[in-house]
Amino acid sequence: MSRAVEELNRRMLRARDAMDRAYAQPLDIPQLARVANVSEAHFIRTFRGTFDETPHRYLQRRRVERAMYLLRATERSVTDVCLDVGFTSLGTFSRSFRHIVGEAPATYRRRGPIKAVPNCFAMAWTRPSSFGEAVARKIV
Amino acid sequence: MFNALLISSLYVLDQEKALDFYVGKLGLEVNTDQDLGFMRWLTVNVPGDARQVLLETPGAPGLDPKTAEQARELVTKGATGGHLFFTTTDCWKTYNELRAKGVEFTEEPTERPYGIDCGLRDPFGNHIRFSQPLAAAAPVGSDEKRSARPSK
Repeated sequence: MSRAVEELNRRMLRARDAMDRAYAQPLDIPQLARVANVSEAHFIRTFRGTFDETPHRYLQRRRVERAMYLLRATERSVTDVCLDVGFTSLGTFSRSFRHIVGEAPATYRRRGPIKAVPNCFAMAWTRPSSFGEAVARKIV
Repeated sequence: MFNALLISSLYVLDQEKALDFYVGKLGLEVNTDQDLGFMRWLTVNVPGDARQVLLETPGAPGLDPKTAEQARELVTKGATGGHLFFTTTDCWKTYNELRAKGVEFTEEPTERPYGIDCGLRDPFGNHIRFSQPLAAAAPVGSDEKRSARPSK
């Protein structure tokens, strides 16, 4: 039984890695289920069982985290940042960003440049989670 | 006080598969492979580097069966926090060589303030990175230039 769980965890991790890597692309459930090598019907439920949030939420928060980074590390416009991280509608981006971060993208940007930190750790630690903290951890 | 870090440990789920991966694919060499009776003491090192990584299987008698199951599950979720960071003189070349061997990459080589680095997973879920450090890399915590290009 446990070996089956381990194998399934590993597949879900592969799908999660794909979201961390290819968040800028139009990922959908069929693609991610293929990465995980499980049926679409099982994918969402299994992913949620493994990481306690749906793939959609995971990806949305990864995109917002990358947007938070780009807003402060670059001078790209809010619209460009929105498209850079995989949102296709500025309205959806702004709404999601405000909902998750608690401020609008342009307001968040005014916090100023961020410090250089190892990117993989920044991605692991600053992705706003679905687990109850109202506001994302922010790089100071 | 201390004068070196000699051995650190990483949970793997199968030591034979770990050897195939860490030695066969990543090119590390076996430092010690000894049956201690209660465990197989298996360490590897980068050729020419004294530091060893103990490839340890979570299990009895060190861990009770339930805890061992939990540890194994955490490894496969990528949640044990065991990371290895290697350096290389040519990140892209190493990346291409390892890709050709079927290594599962999480991120292709990307330019960072501190060098070019990329990420991969071992067969069990452990996170591994290697980088080609910049000669004069920006120290961690320094202000990042606002002209930094977006990373993909």
